[in-house]
Amino acid sequence: MADAQGPYSPKVMEHFLNPKNMGEIPDASGIGEVGNPSCGDVMRLYLKINENEIIEDAKFMTFGCGAAIASSSMVTEMIKGKTIEEALKVTNETVAEALGGLPPSKIHCSVLAQQAIEAAIKDYREKKAKK
Amino acid sequence: MKQIFMDYANATPCDSRVLEAMLPYFIEKFGNPSSHIITKGNEALSALDNSRKIVADFIGAKFEEIIFTSGATEANNLALKGYAFANQHRGKHIITTEIEHFSITSPLRTLERLFGFEVTYLPVDSFGFVSPDELKKSLRNETILVSIQLANNEIGTVQDLKELISVVKENSSAVFHSDATAGCGFIDINVSELNIDLLTLSPTSLYGPKGVGALFVKNGLVLQPLIEGGFQEGGLRSGTENLPAIVGFAKACELGKIEMSDRCNYLKPLRNRLWEGIEKNIDFVHFTGHPEKRLPNNVSFWIEFAEGESLLLMLNYMGVMASSGSACSSNLRGKSEDDLVASPVLTAIGVPKDICTGSLTFSLGMSNTIEEIDYVLQIFPGIVNRLWQMSPFYLDKIKGHTPKLTKVDK
Ligand code: FES
Repeated sequence: MADAQGPYSPKVMEHFLNPKNMGEIPDASGIGEVGNPSCGDVMRLYLKINENEIIEDAKFMTFGCGAAIASSSMVTEMIKGKTIEEALKVTNETVAEALGGLPPSKIHCSVLAQQAIEAAIKDYREKKAKK
Repeated sequence: MKQIFMDYANATPCDSRVLEAMLPYFIEKFGNPSSHIITKGNEALSALDNSRKIVADFIGAKFEEIIFTSGATEANNLALKGYAFANQHRGKHIITTEIEHFSITSPLRTLERLFGFEVTYLPVDSFGFVSPDELKKSLRNETILVSIQLANNEIGTVQDLKELISVVKENSSAVFHSDATAGCGFIDINVSELNIDLLTLSPTSLYGPKGVGALFVKNGLVLQPLIEGGFQEGGLRSGTENLPAIVGFAKACELGKIEMSDRCNYLKPLRNRLWEGIEKNIDFVHFTGHPEKRLPNNVSFWIEFAEGESLLLMLNYMGVMASSGSACSSNLRGKSEDDLVASPVLTAIGVPKDICTGSLTFSLGMSNTIEEIDYVLQIFPGIVNRLWQMSPFYLDKIKGHTPKLTKVDK
């Protein structure tokens, strides 16, 4: 429903206007980059994973709409300090829920966040296997 | 915080003189023009007649050639479907362009899908111009209708209608329709000089009310009505007329005609100041539309590595309201992501698909001031930079790899 806030919940706006963990991790253990063919948007997620497979740090860079940026910010907050197994359990629904809901046409932007975790962890595992 | 509205292409406030003209028709003069035997009805009918005369004068048409509708969308539907249905025995081919409003392309798609019509969508060049040669080549014996907009509300380009119409008239028996919604507040239109057959008008760019529009139908043309009932508007558009809005529309036309050149002279320098400021202060900006043959109030462009909806949200947060053709910003009220579509106008002028998401249109109006333009110029570079700092594409760019841009297949 439209209200004075515009189309997004206050939580979305908060994360959009002041995103957490924006930027690069130069020596990241895993990087996941996923895109959205319907709107050309891209999210890149950097993870720093320690020897106990705990995500010590997570940063993102996103080209996309308000919902995509807010989802990116939220997801980095949600997975920091988690093991990679726990992080893989984060779904787009939990991201959207934590953001106080997303408009129906914007659910796919939170899917981007979920896919980015999967991609970054896959990258981490591949890199590890190569070592 | 101050609110700076720069989305006049999508909405203009009612001029107070327009509102004042409308007010008596809500309470005091509430009659139904169709009940004109009784005094109240007659009072309403004479207001309707008077309004029709003013709107006709606005474009040099005859009184009976103006059909009031619920807005430009309905007028476009009536022009296309109404003409196609009534004249399909003459042929089933229609020509339009790739940069028309959805109220043109959607009814045309329906004519193709359900009624066996064939529609040619003419490409445009990078400015948004239709080529007269291309138009000539696409005319066939069975072409019954050509519909080309006067001006584009997104990129601001104004077509040379006179030339396009004469191409059609010299080489075919097709009639010509134009959606003049975006242009009629700034461009003097004379239907007989143009030799045009059907023309859509609305007070959107004229500081008139919403919920009203008009279709000019040249005498002698036959249209099939889409809304049938009590034979209002010469039978072409039944339903009790929205008299307050029609009176407001007429007042908006009357004022628009008198003040048109003053308005253009006020808006153009503001527009140029905004344009030049953006050009000077922001990298990776690509202006869209033709630099001169454009609406006097329109600045449109796209920015690499930033997305349109994010730009809009940040601007709005800073009190500045504009619009974007990005997919992400397109249909927030939609039911699913399938309802998000990037503006076909941008792809038609050759903007790469995955970056037309960075599009913005500032459309200025009479209440904008130099101070407001300067405020926008002051905050905008920071907003763009902030989004760039979040963008993986920008990071790649400044690190030296050029991000891959998908070219539009044309
Ligand atoms: S990323 Fe395009 S709509 Fe959200």
